[in-house]
Amino acid sequence: MFQYIVSRLLWLVPTLLAMALVTFLVMHATPGSPLDPVAEGANPLSPEAQKNLAAHYGLDKPLWQQFVIFVSKAARGDFGFSFVYKTRTVAEILRETFPVSLFLGSMALVLAVAGGLSLGILAAIHQNRGWDYVSVSLATVGVAVPNFVLAVFLIILFSFAIPLFPTGGWDSPRDWVLPTVTLALAPMGIIARFTRASMLEVIRADYTLTARAKGLAEAPVIFKHALKNALIPVVTLLGPLFAAVGTGSFFVETIFRVPGMGRFFVLSMTGRDYPMIMAVVLTYGVFLAVMNLVVDLTYGALDPRIRY
Amino acid sequence: MPPIARAAAATRGTSLWRDGLRRLLRNRLAMAGGVVIVLLCLIAIFADVLMPLPYTKPNFERLNEPPSRSYPLGTDALGRDLLSRMIYGARISMLVGLGAQLLVVAIGVPIGAISGYLGGRTDVILTRFIDVMYAFPRLLFVILVMSMLGAGLLNIFIAIGLTGWVGIARQTRAQVLALKGKEFVDAARGLGVRGGRLLLRHILPNALTPIVVSVTFGIPEAIFTEAALSFIGVGINPPTPSWGQMVGEGQQFIRSYWHLCVFPAIAIAITMLSFTFFGDGVRDALDPKMK
Repeated sequence: MFQYIVSRLLWLVPTLLAMALVTFLVMHATPGSPLDPVAEGANPLSPEAQKNLAAHYGLDKPLWQQFVIFVSKAARGDFGFSFVYKTRTVAEILRETFPVSLFLGSMALVLAVAGGLSLGILAAIHQNRGWDYVSVSLATVGVAVPNFVLAVFLIILFSFAIPLFPTGGWDSPRDWVLPTVTLALAPMGIIARFTRASMLEVIRADYTLTARAKGLAEAPVIFKHALKNALIPVVTLLGPLFAAVGTGSFFVETIFRVPGMGRFFVLSMTGRDYPMIMAVVLTYGVFLAVMNLVVDLTYGALDPRIRY
Repeated sequence: MPPIARAAAATRGTSLWRDGLRRLLRNRLAMAGGVVIVLLCLIAIFADVLMPLPYTKPNFERLNEPPSRSYPLGTDALGRDLLSRMIYGARISMLVGLGAQLLVVAIGVPIGAISGYLGGRTDVILTRFIDVMYAFPRLLFVILVMSMLGAGLLNIFIAIGLTGWVGIARQTRAQVLALKGKEFVDAARGLGVRGGRLLLRHILPNALTPIVVSVTFGIPEAIFTEAALSFIGVGINPPTPSWGQMVGEGQQFIRSYWHLCVFPAIAIAITMLSFTFFGDGVRDALDPKMK
């Protein structure tokens, strides 16, 4: 077990290095530079000034050297100054915005798991009847329709038609509701679909029949015997769902004006804020990898057939 | 192949597809999706004829107007006809959906097939590469590539092609690997079929079902990707309209001019749902086990 965790954590190093390298190459292989006047937030500069700036940020060194310097600094948590927000370090910006995104993402994921499981169980118990159709159609809409489109509908419905929630901002808990729901709908749909399928399979299994034959009431049969087994495949979904929530959040953050990391990510891309881009990509990478590890460990704890 | 064997193979081949088609035609939800898709394609093809006004024509006396008789869906911030822009947007969406999938198949299938067929060191290197690509959050990578290449239709094809082939390559590889050991492949090999011909004529046709299924789901994903990219402003170059870009620009003024983002949002929702229903239908029809 311990050995497994250590080896997984060690594998993280080459994976992150590969991610950093690919991002770095894509950044530098494409035309344009942060000193380019067309980039957002940059000024038209004389060649001498450009040269000085390049020297200041180390952009005049050969590419491999830049990469080595970046990696050795990043390993110590130093990503340097942002090119766009020139007075602030990348680490500072991330410290401020990442918790907001994390908070939004966690709320959305909790809602998605709670809602998805309930919908999936309801659908499976009432297969091919009312609840099943409600849950399946809700799941389909959540999965198929992009979240920025859902956001528009939710704002129209719950801010204009029925003025319950504000259209954006991030000050009071009332502001949290719409972004969280928007972000939660897609993973909720996926969880509901999987839970339904896996519950249907388990409900037909012999041990469920045995539980019923013992004379158990419906509730303990569903919750104690069926659900526990049905949950196992659902847990594996959580890894990819973290990714979905993470990337989904920049649309939601943009629409609802949430001061999270997602908004900075898009800005840093168009502004060619090299240190910021690298830092954001790697933060996502680390976060996803760690979450995947946690999911795998939970999976092992839930299913005694799995050994590491 | 002797004529009899060829005939037998041919009938078995068509009956699988005919069977699937029959199942698909009986699936009402999938057919509804299919009808909408055909309509969208017709709109995309005949966009030039269908547009009541050129999509770039401004009318500075009637800005941000709600739907009216002369402008059925209203006008945008430059007084351009929203309906015309939506109609042209259908062309962009369909073009991206189909075009990007062609590229994805053209890259993904050969890589997966070669990896699975050759095995050995080639396979190890290619699978490692595929795994690293798989670890990237997909949309993040597309945004990265797009913001580096710059907005534009061609660049969207490139970005989706570069990032989208991984899934289909994995699937093709798994199929080829599974089929490689089957008796009919041994038989073909025994008859002297070798190399590319064995792969193209005997293995790949049998691996087609999952590829078709993955393409039907890949099309809406590409449409979604374009909409998402245009929404944040790194997709289609203005003044060419795209539904995602219209939602992205319109949502900033949702309080005052709701029509700017609601109509394109509805268009995206309908398109995505139709493709999902149709895709589910195709999957169930071709692979009844997966239901």
